[in-house]
Amino acid sequence: MSIDVRHVSKTFNGFAALRDVSLRVAAGELVALLGPSGCGKTTLLRVIAGLEAPDPGGSVGFGGALAEARRIGFVFQHYALFRHMTVFENVAFGLRVRRGPRRLDEAQIREKVSALLRLVQLEMLARHHPHQLSGGQRQRVALARALAVEPKALLLDEPFGALDARVRQELRRWLRRLHEELRITSIFVTHDQEEALELAERIVVLNQGRVEQEGSPAEVFHRPASEFVMNFVGSVNLFHGRLVQGRPVFETAPGAPATRFCSRPHELEIETRRDGGSSLPARVVRVFDAGAHVKMELRGREGQAWHVELNPERYRELGLRSGQEVWVRPRRFRVFPAGDGSFPREPI
Amino acid sequence: MSHRALPGFGLCLGCSSAYLGLVVLVPLAALLAKSAGMDWAGFWGTVTQPRVLAAYRLSFLASLAAAGVNAVFGFLTAWVLVRYDFPGRRLLDAAVDIPFALPTAVSGIALTALCAPGGWLGGLAGRLGVRLAFTPLGVVAALTFISLPFVVRALQPALRGLDPEQEEAALTLGATRWQSFARVVLPALLPAHLSGITLAFARALGEYGSVVFISGNMPMRTEIAPLLIAVKLEQFDVAGAAAVAAVMMAAAFVLLAAANFLQLRSLHGRA
Repeated sequence: MSIDVRHVSKTFNGFAALRDVSLRVAAGELVALLGPSGCGKTTLLRVIAGLEAPDPGGSVGFGGALAEARRIGFVFQHYALFRHMTVFENVAFGLRVRRGPRRLDEAQIREKVSALLRLVQLEMLARHHPHQLSGGQRQRVALARALAVEPKALLLDEPFGALDARVRQELRRWLRRLHEELRITSIFVTHDQEEALELAERIVVLNQGRVEQEGSPAEVFHRPASEFVMNFVGSVNLFHGRLVQGRPVFETAPGAPATRFCSRPHELEIETRRDGGSSLPARVVRVFDAGAHVKMELRGREGQAWHVELNPERYRELGLRSGQEVWVRPRRFRVFPAGDGSFPREPI
Repeated sequence: MSHRALPGFGLCLGCSSAYLGLVVLVPLAALLAKSAGMDWAGFWGTVTQPRVLAAYRLSFLASLAAAGVNAVFGFLTAWVLVRYDFPGRRLLDAAVDIPFALPTAVSGIALTALCAPGGWLGGLAGRLGVRLAFTPLGVVAALTFISLPFVVRALQPALRGLDPEQEEAALTLGATRWQSFARVVLPALLPAHLSGITLAFARALGEYGSVVFISGNMPMRTEIAPLLIAVKLEQFDVAGAAAVAAVMMAAAFVLLAAANFLQLRSLHGRA
C-alpha cells in the first residue's frame, strides 16, 4: 500500500507542529523521518496513523489496497504493551477484537500468534508478562502485536530510542532483514542520523514542521540541501569568509557579513606550516586516537571549535600532540544560500 | 550495606510492629477476651437473636449496596476528574473529600434534613411514593454518601498512571472504543478499583454517626449492627456487645482477605 500525504498542517494551541507537509511513500518502501526533537516527525507519523486529525486542507491518502484492508500497524516509542496481559495475549489482541466474517477461531489464533512469536524469536516467553522482559524483547513483542493484524503499512515511532547501543545495532539489522522478507510499506521516526542512514531506503529530513530534504541516504549525506541537513546528518565545521573567484578567503576580523563555509570533519586538511592565504591558525585541544580515524578537536584564534578526522597514517606523519599550533584548510566545502535552512547554533 | 534515609531495619521493624500491636492488635485482643467471657451457648444465643441477625443483614446488605453504587459512580467521578479538564474541576475534586472530612454526626443531620418527608429530596421522593427517612433505603443513602471518597481516591492515581498510548494501541489494532475500554482500561484499573470498593465497603460496615439519625433505629427494620452494639453497651451488656462485635470483626477479616486475594490475582494475571 502506498501512502500519500498531501499538504498536511497540524497546529496545537497555536503551535505549528507541521506546516504544509507533502510526502509520497511507495508500496514496500522503508522510509525514515529524521529530525531533531520537536520537528514534528512524531506528529506526522500519528497523523498518518489516524491518531491525530490534520488541520483542514490536508489529507492522507492510501493507494493500492481495498478500503477494508487498509490496516496500519503502529509501534509506539515506549511499546505501549498491555501490562495485564501475557506476551501471547498481547500479540493475540488484534485477532481477538476482530468481529464479523474475518474472525478467527481459537485454534487459528493460537497458530498465528505462535508463528509471529517465532518470527520475533520470542516463543519461549509467550507466557511471560511485559514487565518480565528486557527492552529489546518488549520492542519485538510490540512489533509482533502490530504485525498480527496483517497491516498494509507499518509505522514505528523511535523504534530503538529506549534501548542501549548494542541492542539497537542488533535490532536494526534484524528489522532490515524483516523488511526485506515481508516488504511492508514502513515509515520510522528517528532523531538518530546513523540509524536513518543505515536502515532506511529513503530519508525525509524534517525541521520545524517542514520537509527540509528528501532523498536516498547517500544523497542526503553527500548532497545536503541546506546547512541544517548537513549539520544534522553528520558533523559540520563552520568557517566565515568571502568567496573570491571560487576560492575561499578567510577574514580573521569578525563583524563584517561573511559567507559561511561548511566542511565535514574528514574534509579538513591539517598542516604544521602555513600554506598560502586559505589556511587558518588553530591549536590542538584534544586528540581521540581510539577508532578507525583519529579525531581531533581544534580551537581557532577567535574561539571557533573545529573537529577533524584524519587517517592514522597522516596523523603520525604530522606528529601531532595536544596543545600544538597548526594550520587548518578546508579541502572541500559547501556554501548554502542564507535563509531559514541555516542551523541556529554553532556546530557541535 | 546500603545507605537508606532511615537507619536500622531492626529498629524500624521493632517500632512499627510495636505501634501496630498497640494501636490495632491489643484492642482487638481485648474484644475477643471480653466475648470469651461468655460460654459458647451464650455467645451463639446472643449472635443468633432475630434482632441481631436483622441488624447484621441490614448492615451487610446496605453496605454492599452502597459499595456497589460507588463502584459505578465513584469510577465515573474519578474518570471525569482525571481525564477531562473543565472549569471547576479542582473544586469538584476537593468536594469529593467532604464526606471524609465532615464529622459523621454533621453529615447525619444534613442527610436527615434532606431526606426527611419535609426536606428537598425527601419531599421529591415522597411524591414518587418512595420514603427515604427511617427506611433501609435511607441507610443505603447515608452509607453511599460516606463511602464515596474511598473509591474515587483509590482510582485517581491508577487512572493518572494509565498510559493513554495503551488505548491508542488498542485502537490501532482494530479494537472499538468499547473493546479498548473493556479489555485494556478496565483490567488495568481493576486492582485499584477493587481496593477502593473494599475500603468503601469496610467503612460503610462500621459507619455509625451518619446513619443513626436517618435510619430511625427501629429494631428488626432499620437498626444497624454498630448501633446494636451501642445499645447493648448502654444496657451494661458488655459481653453481648462484644459478641456482636466479634462477629463483625471476623466478617471484616474474611472480606479483607478475600479482597486482597482478588487483588493479587488481578495483579498477576490469570496465569
